[in-house]
Amino acid sequence: MDFIFYFGDVFSPLSFLLLLGGTIGGLILGATPGLSPTMAVALLIPFTFHLEAVQGLILLGAAYTSTVAGGAVSAILLKIPGAPANIATTLDGHQMAKQGKGAKALQLSFLASAVGGIFGVLLLIFLTPLLAEWALAFGPSHLFWLAILGVTVIGSLDSASVVKGLLSGCIGLWLATIGFDDIMGAQRFIFHPSLGGGINIIAALIGLFAIPQVLTMFAKGRRTTGAEVIEVQKHSVLDATKELIRRPLALGIGTITGSIIGLIPGVGGQIAGLVAYDQTKKFSSEKEKFGKGHSEGVIAAEAANNAMVGPSLVPLLTLSIPGSPTAAVLLGGLLIHGIFPGSDLFDNHPDVAWTFINSMLVGQVLMCLFGLYVAGLAARVAQVPQSVMAAIVLALSVFGAYSVQSSMGDVYVMACLGIGMYFLERFGFSAAPLVLGLILGPIAESNFIQGGMIADATVGRASYFLSGGLNIFLIAVVVASVAYSAWMELRSRRYTTKEEAQA
Amino acid sequence: MNRSQHIFGSGLVFAVGIWVAWISYTQQPAEAFLFPRLIASVFVVLAGWTFGKAVLGLSKVGSGVSRTMFLNMVPGVAVMLIYVFLAAKALGFYTATAIAFFILLSIYDPAPHSEAKTWIKRALTTAVFVAVMYGLFALLLSVYTPREILF
Repeated sequence: MDFIFYFGDVFSPLSFLLLLGGTIGGLILGATPGLSPTMAVALLIPFTFHLEAVQGLILLGAAYTSTVAGGAVSAILLKIPGAPANIATTLDGHQMAKQGKGAKALQLSFLASAVGGIFGVLLLIFLTPLLAEWALAFGPSHLFWLAILGVTVIGSLDSASVVKGLLSGCIGLWLATIGFDDIMGAQRFIFHPSLGGGINIIAALIGLFAIPQVLTMFAKGRRTTGAEVIEVQKHSVLDATKELIRRPLALGIGTITGSIIGLIPGVGGQIAGLVAYDQTKKFSSEKEKFGKGHSEGVIAAEAANNAMVGPSLVPLLTLSIPGSPTAAVLLGGLLIHGIFPGSDLFDNHPDVAWTFINSMLVGQVLMCLFGLYVAGLAARVAQVPQSVMAAIVLALSVFGAYSVQSSMGDVYVMACLGIGMYFLERFGFSAAPLVLGLILGPIAESNFIQGGMIADATVGRASYFLSGGLNIFLIAVVVASVAYSAWMELRSRRYTTKEEAQA
Repeated sequence: MNRSQHIFGSGLVFAVGIWVAWISYTQQPAEAFLFPRLIASVFVVLAGWTFGKAVLGLSKVGSGVSRTMFLNMVPGVAVMLIYVFLAAKALGFYTATAIAFFILLSIYDPAPHSEAKTWIKRALTTAVFVAVMYGLFALLLSVYTPREILF
């Protein structure tokens, strides 16, 4: 129950102001198509340098939570999901808006998001200390395998092609080795002076997530959003609350599905929303209404995509394994303040850990309160031409990357990685495992070296890294995640080929 | 997608993999390259597999870059490269940002170029944006950026 002791810290003037700003800003950013939660959080990191670690994390956490919920605004009013997590919301939300029930759909989406989000954060509060305690037993070989597990799980589950996902992870791990070797001081892969100090994680995160979006907007050419905002008529919040209470099945399935999916590294909010929508439809007594503007569809999808936010941080805060790309960006935000997740976080910086987690709890309530008022404005922002968005994101990326260490080298690295990532994405590679490799690479390497030294003095490398219950378990999970993804990929390909043949 | 695009893309990644492996296995001290060797080995195998599939025409994932997309992108990328690699340092961040921002709006804004109102709107948007950036980075965050001309 440690979290209760730090609850008051959330309400210190600056922290609360940042929480409020992050929530409102996140709602608006989330509603903007093309600005994903990951990119929004990555672009915000430079603004946290001048803040205390806990305040920086509050800002990032609030932005993460509210961008996911804010995506529902454009999904409902414009039929454009603000983020992939809101795809399922579009199915019934936009239909409701077209029927003149836009306000009701928005109210239900924010209320369901808050319920799902609070449940998810409570799960984070109660699961995290238990797992962090367990993580104390980890030695270098286990930490090495955990880092590899983080890269392979995201690489295999988050990518359309397992091989390309794993290859993206390898590229990230290689990029992490650029610079001077920590132990021998040897130069590694420094083919340009800008790389002398290695690749700065924040500059890389900005480049890998923001620049491909800019180029995607450029690639669309001179095009309007083409979406009309549906006007929102007034609707009683009390009636929406009563409607939510009348739909416990959708709320329950959404919340539980989102929480479980959030705990699995690599499976994002998009899956959570779609699975919850599908399951609610299966169990609902009004199946035929789904897709035609049924409130249960909106409730299930939004409860699920926000319920996964808290649990997705469990592996990050306990084992240093980011469960999602946004969690990876948050890890970057922690590392720049010299804070390492795991038991160290809860033993040495409990104020940071608990105030951050508590702020996410308060943030859910703020998001619900302000979401309804900001929705109209957010929908207007979502109509901003892509040319303006692309120029804004590009300039923010340049200033953000430069402000990390006042180095033009970081700006060059950011731009090169971003352009490279855009083309890699077009060829089926994925940014998430690459980022994970970049972040977890130093952890994997230092534990590999440390473990090697212990092994040389004791049982030998093969025995040290490949035996022992925990090592075998971790290796088995790595193999199982790759095998499962490969099997799923083969299955879907066979299915597609069969369909193509029949067509 | 065009098979040759897949071959080119995966071939480039494979070439990088071979270069990484070559450096890892030839550079000294060997201890410093122990971990890179481990990665490079997996890198080369996976990149070789991807390249092989592309050559055989079996690559299914990834839609590549169409001619229209490429042509749409070229002016924006050119402005971006000049902005990042030349103008930001030579002209100063705020001046370069204002110019790049205005040019990008002019290229990609769907509003008609023939109307004076459009140009005024673009100029005003640029001015407001640069003012916000100045307030945010120079005044609020005290980030000292290169300032060569103007501010």
